[in-house]
Amino acid sequence: MQTFFIVAILAIGFLITFQIAKASEYVAVLRGYEKARKQTNRINGFLLLVFLILGLYGVYYCNEKLKGKILGPAASDHGVLVDRMLYITLALTFIVFLVTQIALFWFAYKYQESDNRKAYYYPHNNKLEMIWTVIPAIALTVLVGFGIFYWFRITGNAPKEAMVVEVVGKQFGWEFRYPGKDGILGKKYFKNVDPEGNNPAGQIWDDPANHDDVFVEQEMHIVVGKPVKLVIGAKDVIHDVGLAHFRMKMDAVPGTPTTMWFTPKFTTKEMKEKYGPDFTYELSCDQMCGKGHYSMRGVVVVETQAEFEAWLASKKPQYYVANPDKDPKAKKDTLTATPPVAALVAEPKK
Amino acid sequence: MSEALHVHHGEAITHESHHDEHHGHHQETFISKYVFSMDHKTIGKQFLITGIIWAIIGGLFSVLFRLQLGYPDQSFPILETFFGHWAKGGQIQPEFYYGLVTMHGTVLVFFVLTAGLSGTFANLLIPLQIGARDMASPFLNMLSYWFFFLASIVMLSSIFIHTGPASGGWTMYPPLSALRQAGEGQRLGTDLWLISMALFIVSSLLGGLNYISTILNMRTKGMSMTRMPLTIWAMFFTAVLGVLSFPVLLSGAILLLFDRNLGTSFYLSDIVINGEILPNEGGSAILYQHLFWFLGHPEVYIILLPAMGMVSEILSVNSRKPIFGYMAMLGSLFAICILAFLVWAHHMFVTGLNPFLGSVFVLLTLLIAVPSAIKVFNWLTTLWRGNIRFTPASLFAIGFVSLFISGGLTGIFLGNSTIDIHLHDTMFVVAHFHIVMGVASFFGMFAGVYHWFPKMFGRYLNNTLGYIHFWVTMVGSYLIFWPMHYQGLAGIPRRYLDKKGWSSFNQFGDLDKMITVVSIIVFAVQLMFVFNFFYSIFKGRKVTTTNPWGANTLEWTTPIRPGHGNWEGEIPEVHRWPYDYGKDGREFIPQTEPVGENESKH
Repeated sequence: MQTFFIVAILAIGFLITFQIAKASEYVAVLRGYEKARKQTNRINGFLLLVFLILGLYGVYYCNEKLKGKILGPAASDHGVLVDRMLYITLALTFIVFLVTQIALFWFAYKYQESDNRKAYYYPHNNKLEMIWTVIPAIALTVLVGFGIFYWFRITGNAPKEAMVVEVVGKQFGWEFRYPGKDGILGKKYFKNVDPEGNNPAGQIWDDPANHDDVFVEQEMHIVVGKPVKLVIGAKDVIHDVGLAHFRMKMDAVPGTPTTMWFTPKFTTKEMKEKYGPDFTYELSCDQMCGKGHYSMRGVVVVETQAEFEAWLASKKPQYYVANPDKDPKAKKDTLTATPPVAALVAEPKK
Repeated sequence: MSEALHVHHGEAITHESHHDEHHGHHQETFISKYVFSMDHKTIGKQFLITGIIWAIIGGLFSVLFRLQLGYPDQSFPILETFFGHWAKGGQIQPEFYYGLVTMHGTVLVFFVLTAGLSGTFANLLIPLQIGARDMASPFLNMLSYWFFFLASIVMLSSIFIHTGPASGGWTMYPPLSALRQAGEGQRLGTDLWLISMALFIVSSLLGGLNYISTILNMRTKGMSMTRMPLTIWAMFFTAVLGVLSFPVLLSGAILLLFDRNLGTSFYLSDIVINGEILPNEGGSAILYQHLFWFLGHPEVYIILLPAMGMVSEILSVNSRKPIFGYMAMLGSLFAICILAFLVWAHHMFVTGLNPFLGSVFVLLTLLIAVPSAIKVFNWLTTLWRGNIRFTPASLFAIGFVSLFISGGLTGIFLGNSTIDIHLHDTMFVVAHFHIVMGVASFFGMFAGVYHWFPKMFGRYLNNTLGYIHFWVTMVGSYLIFWPMHYQGLAGIPRRYLDKKGWSSFNQFGDLDKMITVVSIIVFAVQLMFVFNFFYSIFKGRKVTTTNPWGANTLEWTTPIRPGHGNWEGEIPEVHRWPYDYGKDGREFIPQTEPVGENESKH
């Protein structure tokens, strides 16, 4: 019923507009086309000026209203560089925006058709054209310079002491693997993937480096102030590891591993104190990956070294989960610490 | 050739003004005149009308998914009535949502803004403005439209199949698009999408080759390359871009078809999907992205250049001033055309691309800002000290410049790889390309339609509706896309149909509602334009003079409703460039007028 009303109102509104438009055409013919045209010209010229003023106010208002809603300061060292570059670019482009938009609408208003003016025949001016080739070129050189400088710092090699975490995307969730004490991620092969056999990552058990690797899903723990290098892959289609708070992002491509590294600046606890108890560092999939794309959420927990070590110690290496007979502690412990291995398909939440 | 055409169609031309009653007397049948026509003007109109129909469909899709974005919790029973299980309980299902965004992108980028824009105006304007009786090959030109029509039918049919249309996003990245197991939209819908695109590419190549050969070979006497209007230059570069880049997309699409249907591994490697281990090894998913964006980036300029050309022409005519810096405009078109081929990997900064390669693409990408800046400043100077008439066409042209500035500047953010790390694939990108490529090109297209409608149909569009159309669209576009940048700055990824599950992204509920309401209003106003268009074809105010805008270019030397062959007698000779407005105290001097002895030089 409501829909019907809306359609009816739109239809009536349309009919009225059309009748007015048609009538105005007749009036224009009756009053003399030229005279009517000149009047509309003045109206539109005035409206262009109004648009400029309201538009600039709108830009200000929009910023006032929304600037508090974008994420707070970057939570990683690389993120600080990204933000700095962003603000440099913003400052420069905003000046250009103001100058050109004001010029555009002001010229349009000021030089609207008038019987007293003749258009000025001005086909070219090499000097002027040179000026506005060179100035943008210089401005862009500055931007390119800063941009590439930061880019190389962000994409350069990770420091040697960086911790390593493997991140793997799949429809529709995240899997993480920690290298354990040896600091080396064991080899894996996609044809070994066997969630039922407790080998969701496809690890090769013959590789001793695999024996202490810890496998977890949906939640990644990293250490504050310590560089972390993510080794990123995907099982099925392209996903993307998006870490908005850290200003980091990297595609997860099946068959082609990628990496990125950064150093988190604040623990989750610190952020909760600052932004309220609901704060969570979230890991979003930023590359279209199928129907559950919008719900492909992971959680990142940034904590102190001690907290991290305690957490990791509570996890049993996947090797022992898959081969309980090899586990020296198996006789003592029950499998309470088993990480969830059944393929947790994150159902799209509605 | 031209002589023969002239003789054959002499009769048609003389009867043109009252052709409706005279079908029987023509040698041409209804079919050869309106359906399988070889007249470039009719083919242009066919492209335009097909484009309009596609624009309504594509626009409607965006209204549907905006409903979901603005009101994710509300149920719209009417949607279930129309779409059945795609909108179970009146709520758009994720598969349907992704089908809608994919089709919206494909339809508007390719079918509306490529075929509908350059197909229409290249066909209409090239022969008319360079002084030719038709295209170099009218037959290939006709084929070009009918391949487009075929592509349209295939694409349209994919909307009605059980598993729905392709839903991998308009970029159709594999492996998502290569694997039937990946989702419903990856089944038949994707095959149809690829076939349709292949047909579309054939159409656009036939058209492009024709445009190039016509411009190079069929200019009238005196029409040297540097006397061509900027519209023609823009169409020329557009065609060159298309001819060089579309074949690459064709190869990409065909390899994808092979991967889907013949078991090849061009793009596939190491895949475990839904517990199934696939045998493919050694392919590269990134290869497709290189092939796609090698077209995909020039495609942006294929869409934008014709709009730039028309805007240059319309601003000059309506400011009653020459376009400022013709040679600089031409040079910047050329520079954009070259650079368009050298920047494709800026869409791929976060795919794991070698950082050094990334830095090269940053440099080349930001270089494009230089010719773009030249164009903007030249348009501004064209307005400066003019005597501007605000026809709906010139308002849309001014709107184009404003949008091109706004959207172009945000491109400087995204082209810089450092910032792109954060903004890549967020709503910022959506806002950016909609303003600079989508809405701006639409403004160029509207400007063109309002300006050349009298030439196409011998009637005017209703002006009042035109002004309403402009103002609502202008204000609406900014209301929709300006605040969207903030969503991107907050890191909200594209293609998220519901942000409730997220603590970082769910703070923009009111904004999403506002954007949805405005986009519905803007869409309604576009329908009003469509109504104005079709109504005015039959009932619009009649054009009574051959040159209603007081323009210099050759199309206004033809009869009000030119027949096939365009000029009744000899094709006029050209003596000057097309921008002598306001020279030596004269309002305008048509290109056909010989240069006088005492005329000042420029």
